[in-house]
Order: sequence, then structure tokens, then C-alpha cells
Amino acid sequence: MSLPVEAAEALQTFQTAAGWEQRARLLMQFGDRLPVLDDAQKCEANRVHGCESQVWLVGDLRDGHWQFKASSDARMIRGLVALLLLRVDGLSATELQQVDLPEWFNQLGLSRQLSPSRSNGLNAVLQRMNELAG
Amino acid sequence: MMIPSPWRADFPAIAALQRQDQTYLDNAATTQKPQALLDALTHYYANGAANVHRAQHLPGAHATQAFEDSRRKVGQWLNAGDSGQIIFTHGATSALNLLAYGLEHLFEPGDEIVISALEHHANLLPWQQLAQRRNLKLVILPLDADGLIDLAAAVHLIGPRTRLLAVSQLSNVLGAWQPLTALLGMAKAQNALTVVDGAQGVVHGRHDVQALGCDFYVFSSHKLYGPDGLGVLFGRNAALEQLQHWQFGGEMVLDANYQDSRFRPAPLGFEAGTPPIASVIGLGATLDYLAGLDQDAVSAHEAALHDYLLRGLAARNGIRLLGKPQLALASFVVEGVHNADLAHLLTEQGIAVRAGHHCAMPLMKSFELAGAIRVSLALYNDSEDLERFFEALDQALEMLR
Repeated sequence: MSLPVEAAEALQTFQTAAGWEQRARLLMQFGDRLPVLDDAQKCEANRVHGCESQVWLVGDLRDGHWQFKASSDARMIRGLVALLLLRVDGLSATELQQVDLPEWFNQLGLSRQLSPSRSNGLNAVLQRMNELAG
Repeated sequence: MMIPSPWRADFPAIAALQRQDQTYLDNAATTQKPQALLDALTHYYANGAANVHRAQHLPGAHATQAFEDSRRKVGQWLNAGDSGQIIFTHGATSALNLLAYGLEHLFEPGDEIVISALEHHANLLPWQQLAQRRNLKLVILPLDADGLIDLAAAVHLIGPRTRLLAVSQLSNVLGAWQPLTALLGMAKAQNALTVVDGAQGVVHGRHDVQALGCDFYVFSSHKLYGPDGLGVLFGRNAALEQLQHWQFGGEMVLDANYQDSRFRPAPLGFEAGTPPIASVIGLGATLDYLAGLDQDAVSAHEAALHDYLLRGLAARNGIRLLGKPQLALASFVVEGVHNADLAHLLTEQGIAVRAGHHCAMPLMKSFELAGAIRVSLALYNDSEDLERFFEALDQALEMLR
């Protein structure tokens, strides 16, 4: 499965990042670029539970392709979610079922964010994504 | 001013963590272990493990001897004397659940259990669930502005329907000694049972359960530089007579038939199944180690380190402390910065502190906070640990602001 163009660019950016500090700054930049959710979308039904911060994830299947929106009140998790959406936005239902999301974060050098003790919520977001993908 | 810890080298994990670029400041969650404990565990497992209070064979006799020596050492540590018994459980949470089930028969619908607003979930949920099972009222003592249980309010809330008071000695979020003497006095005046959650308190200074005058005192081994999987319940003799057996099996039984059984009194009657033998023996070794330290020097070190921590936090802009911490720890939030973001960047820099609700969700909600960062100290920490924390904090805040 080929990477979406924006995902390929993000991958290259992260793979050339030197050290934790640059990766953290990049995460914040990616998070800041995430389109804002309106208040109606920040509802309980869209809340992802199991995060230290508040995270909302909205997914629509339109003409056979997924369109996602997400936000968080914390910047780091917002960046992680932005990187997630870059990878999955526009995928077909079948493609979404097949995509290896932990491997995506591994390639980005962010696999530690998925360790079981992390309560930052990325695990919970991936789980919600799986549920949506069916 | 440098504050070195003369006991740092006694804890081999500290050097190992340093080699992994980790600065451990999450001691209110669990502590690193002294070499004396590691030696005791190795000795026990390398020289012949055996079950306790069962077999007549020599390994069993040795294990039982060491196990009961630890019980005596814990009794001495708390100055229990002949006033009560030391019961080993599988953790402080287990000990509190034992109380909430074993005392259940004493409660009538409408009776009141009094706890405080700052209780750890372990000293909230067992009582909350007991209240639901028996239709009791769970009364919550409010806090004053400094994070202490409000005595003026407590006078009115501890009343004739109060059957039991369960409070923390030292808050795991606010780091302040609670006014136990006054609270226990109020409860006793109403003939209520008293339970003290000493999980944090027991780690700092020495405590005398006879002077304290509580019916039950609970702590966990792993926060007191001991092994995990082990809790301690001290019960006063008269109070233990009211405690019914809760978990069944193993050597807690005196005589068993198919249809009925009789059980042992405390302590063995409350230690169903095989106890955590190695952990009990290990805790004994830890207490020997701690008893050999100059307690005044330890207290002075902890106080100096805590002062260093508070000064460093006060010197930085936008930091708000939770309550008015007196010792051991400080919890804080930073204006305009999400604690999850701060925690993320501190973790990236090898600073092991705790972020989140600290197992006290209702307390955090009362502060209208989703979480906070907690720095908690142990006797092996030094000012360099705190300097590394402050550098990482400054770096994180510079990036986030």
C-alpha cells in the first residue's frame, strides 16, 4: 500500500529529525496544523476515553473513503493524532482495515508513545480507529 | 547549596537508573530498594524456600522463623507492643478491603462512615462500596485552604451515627500531615472505630500506633523501601475481636469439615492462602536497614530536599502548588500548560515524575483539575536530582510556552 503524499512527507521529516527536542517541536507543529473541531463535534459521543487529556475523534465514510477530524486540549497528543490522520485520511474501508498503525508510528520514531504504560491516549485513539474501521 | 544523600549508594537501582539517564522522583508511587533487601531475597531463595506455618521440616521451620521475625520487626517499627497484632496482607489496598468486608457486620442502614476529601482511591472505594452494600451514609470531611482536613467542619460531621472514621495520615497529593489526634479524638468520643491509612505517612519519620491511638493502621511495604505484593495491617486487640474473617483457605483454618469450619484468630486467621513469604522476609531486612540509620539525619535530609524543591518551584513563573506541601512531595500545575504535555516532555528528558490524577480523582475534581505533576522524594534523592528536574522543567516550559 503506498503512502499518501502528505504522510510520505511527514515520514521524511521525522526520519531526518535529530533528537527528542526536534521531534517534540515537530509534533507541536503538526498538531497546530490540525483543523479545529467545532464545539458541537467536541461532544461526549466523539470523546476518546482512556486519555489523560481530552481527545475527540470524528470519522465519516463518504463515497467509500474515510474522512477524519480530531482534536485535543493537549498539544503533544494533538500532534500524534495529526500524524495518525495524515496516514489514514482518504483511505477506503478495506485499506483502513489493513493499515498497520503501530508500524506507522514506529517508522516515525514515535513507537515509545505506544508503550502500554503510556497514558497519553494514543493507544486509546488507535483502538477507537480500529472500532470505526470495523 | 549541595544536598548530597549519604544513603544513595545503599540503593543499587539509583546508579542503574542514572546509567539509563533516568532521574527517579516518583517515590510516592513506589521506592527503590536497599541492597540489604536484595541480599535477604537472594538468601531466602538461594538457601531453600519453604511454606510457612505448615511443615515440620527444617526448611519450613527456617522460613517460618524468618517470617515471624519480620512480624516482630514490623511490630517494633510501629511500637505496637502488646496492644495489638500485625497482619500481613497483599498490599495496603488489600488491608483496607479486609477491613471493609470484615467489619461489615457492625453496620446498620443509616450508619455513617466518615472519610476525607483527600483520600486515595484505596481508602475511598472500599468504604464507598460498603456504604452501597449496607445502605450507609458516606460522609466526606472537607479540606481547608492549606489542604488539611477542616477540623471545624469535622466537629459537626463526626456525630452519633458515625461508626467508623478512615483517614490518611499524609496525603499522597498534597504532602501535608493531617490532624489525626483531633480527628481520632472526635471519632472515639462517638465510640467509632478508627482506621489510619499510613501508606505515605509511614515512610517519613517514625510512628507509634499506641500513641496515635487508632484501632487500625495500614501501610504498604513497597513504598517503605520494601518488596511489593505486601501490605501491613496493625489492629488493636479489642478492635480485632470485631473483625470477621474475610478470605478463606490455607492455614487460616483451625478445623475444617465439609459443611462448617472454625478459624484462627489474628494474625493467622486473616492471612488466607500462602502469604508473600519472600516479601515479608525482605521487609524485615529493609526495616533492619532503616532502623540502623540516624533517623534525625534522614528527617533533616528530607526536609532540606523538600525545601529545595519548593524554592525551585517558587522561583519559576506560573507554577501553582496544590495545597501547602510540608514534606515528601509537591504537586503542581503550570498556568497555560497542559500537564499531559509537560509530562511528555519531562519523560523525553528522563525525568520520572508522576502526571495525572494520582489515584485521587474526586480530589482533583474538587480542584477543577484534570491532573497535576507530582515530584516525590526519597532519602536517596539529592539536590542534583532536583537540579536535573528543574533543567528539564525549564526546557519543557520554554518549548511549550
